[in-house]
Amino acid sequence: MIAVQNVPNPSSIPENAPEHCPGTESELAGRSDACNGCANQEICASNLPKGPDPALPFIRARMADVKRKVLVLSGKGGVGKSTFTAQLGWALAADDATQTGIMDVDICGPSIPTILGLTHEQIHSSASGWSPVYVQDNLCAMSVGFMLPSQRDAVMWRGPKKNGLISQFLKDVDWGVLDWLVIDTPPGTSDEHLSVVQYLKESGIDGAVLITTPQEVALQDVRREIDFCRKVGIRILGLVENMSGFVCPNCKTESKIFKPSSGGGKRLAEETNVEFLGSVPLDPRIGKSADYGVSFLEEFPDSPASQAYLDIIDRIKEVLGDTE
Amino acid sequence: MAASVETPISRRLKHVRHIIIVLSGKGGVGKSSVSTQLALSLHARGNRVGILDTDLTGPSLPRMLGVGRSDTGVHQSSEGWVPVYADGAEQRMAVMSVGFLVKSRDDSVVWRGPKKNAMIRQFLSDVRWGELDFLVIDTPPGTSDEHLSLMEHLAPLSSRLSSVIVTTPQAVALSDVIKCLSFTRAVELPVIGLVENMSGYVCPCCGEVSNIFSTGGGEAMATREGVDFLGRLPVDTELVEVLDDAAMEAEAEEGAQSSFGLLERYKKTPTFGLFAGIADKVVAFFD
Repeated sequence: MIAVQNVPNPSSIPENAPEHCPGTESELAGRSDACNGCANQEICASNLPKGPDPALPFIRARMADVKRKVLVLSGKGGVGKSTFTAQLGWALAADDATQTGIMDVDICGPSIPTILGLTHEQIHSSASGWSPVYVQDNLCAMSVGFMLPSQRDAVMWRGPKKNGLISQFLKDVDWGVLDWLVIDTPPGTSDEHLSVVQYLKESGIDGAVLITTPQEVALQDVRREIDFCRKVGIRILGLVENMSGFVCPNCKTESKIFKPSSGGGKRLAEETNVEFLGSVPLDPRIGKSADYGVSFLEEFPDSPASQAYLDIIDRIKEVLGDTE
Repeated sequence: MAASVETPISRRLKHVRHIIIVLSGKGGVGKSSVSTQLALSLHARGNRVGILDTDLTGPSLPRMLGVGRSDTGVHQSSEGWVPVYADGAEQRMAVMSVGFLVKSRDDSVVWRGPKKNAMIRQFLSDVRWGELDFLVIDTPPGTSDEHLSLMEHLAPLSSRLSSVIVTTPQAVALSDVIKCLSFTRAVELPVIGLVENMSGYVCPCCGEVSNIFSTGGGEAMATREGVDFLGRLPVDTELVEVLDDAAMEAEAEEGAQSSFGLLERYKKTPTFGLFAGIADKVVAFFD
């Protein structure tokens, strides 16, 4: 097992450092050619144990105003993490008194701006930090997608740069007072996931919702994700099976597009002792709504998928003990 | 430019004629499925094929190719790691994935960038790929560590590199694909073309075609971006089943080792015929 390690923080380079500063946490700190003449050379070279990430106290302060922090995870891509995150955000924000924030830590493939209909938005900064982009008065979002000059631009970053940005999302964004912070993640179990967990360790993550589709190829990735959650000690709120069954708009017969050859999400949940939160049928209008950036729940409240989403969200609140 | 520096990787891959990297910005659009089908289709044409899974935290290839449970067999030999052969004794389909190296299928590989980089380097330099006509490389979603590492390590072989981009038709996926195209341009990776996957679903009951994730988006984008469009694949439930069940059936069929059972089953799916057109275009790209 690979433990959560401290990552070098790209912002740990002091302001008065020379141009080629190797970084204060580098092994070469204080010893590289560039360090000659630097005011901090002695401190770096002294090899004192490196302290904890200097961003942590700021993150803790910022997150003190956030009541619930929920991760949306899935080992596999394209199973509907971002769509679910957005629906969860919209459903929570349906109550005017609830403030919800959505944070997209999928740095290389941000989908949240498209799904929330915020494609051309930009971030503004103020004295209190970066302002997130507001969908409506009580629903805001932050994503790397808001920071790119155009949609075409690819973010070709390795781990440490991604970690730096995630730490900034938690520390420098003016989230304000939030009831919910829903965090959308990229597929897999790598830098982004470790960083979020590590940065939020002190503030506490309330839990993770796992998303899957019914076929075995997706389920095997979810098993890995469950293993990950257990390794790093995140509470699993439950498992959602997405795209489970499709009703033909012509003959109304339901067919299984992604056949649950090994019993689907429900059986996986039983096998791994995880609560099964429910299944959401495939409705082509979900994808359409996401493309146009409108709330599926509001547009098609009578769809069985909307009902399924709402039931699942109610259950999540129940599991967290948030029902009145 | 041909006489570039020799590295352990370029030496190891000296006898590999073409390297095809399968990319997509978005996850779950069918990269692994397209990689598998491309490898199977090329194999069916008599080529020697290798398939490398660089999705380290979510490897799907072992399952799709029906290798991995009982015959987890990456052996160490004097010439390096011996890949797993999906076609048994024929040895024309070499597979390598991190899935062969973990103890149980439930184990997660929780690695940050540098470890992933090291693993990919080992896959390229330490695996005894031997003589191959095509090496198909399946990648994880995004444009990050794995992709940058691949491009870095394969730089000495850049004349033999090319890529296939997979997308689904909806706007959310296309916006990621544009990023992926920007990536190929930034690293000067030639693009063979674009495959539009999950384009429509045929109701097994009445034959009505529903565009679950809309349709045509990929083709329109390929035209706009000046990239070849390789073809459109509908959602094929039979294919989902073949690729999902591959392992179980392989175990059941252990007696008949001479035939490549997965390929036979794949040939029976409707997608096989459609994919032939895509494989033709890929092969034609190199002629």
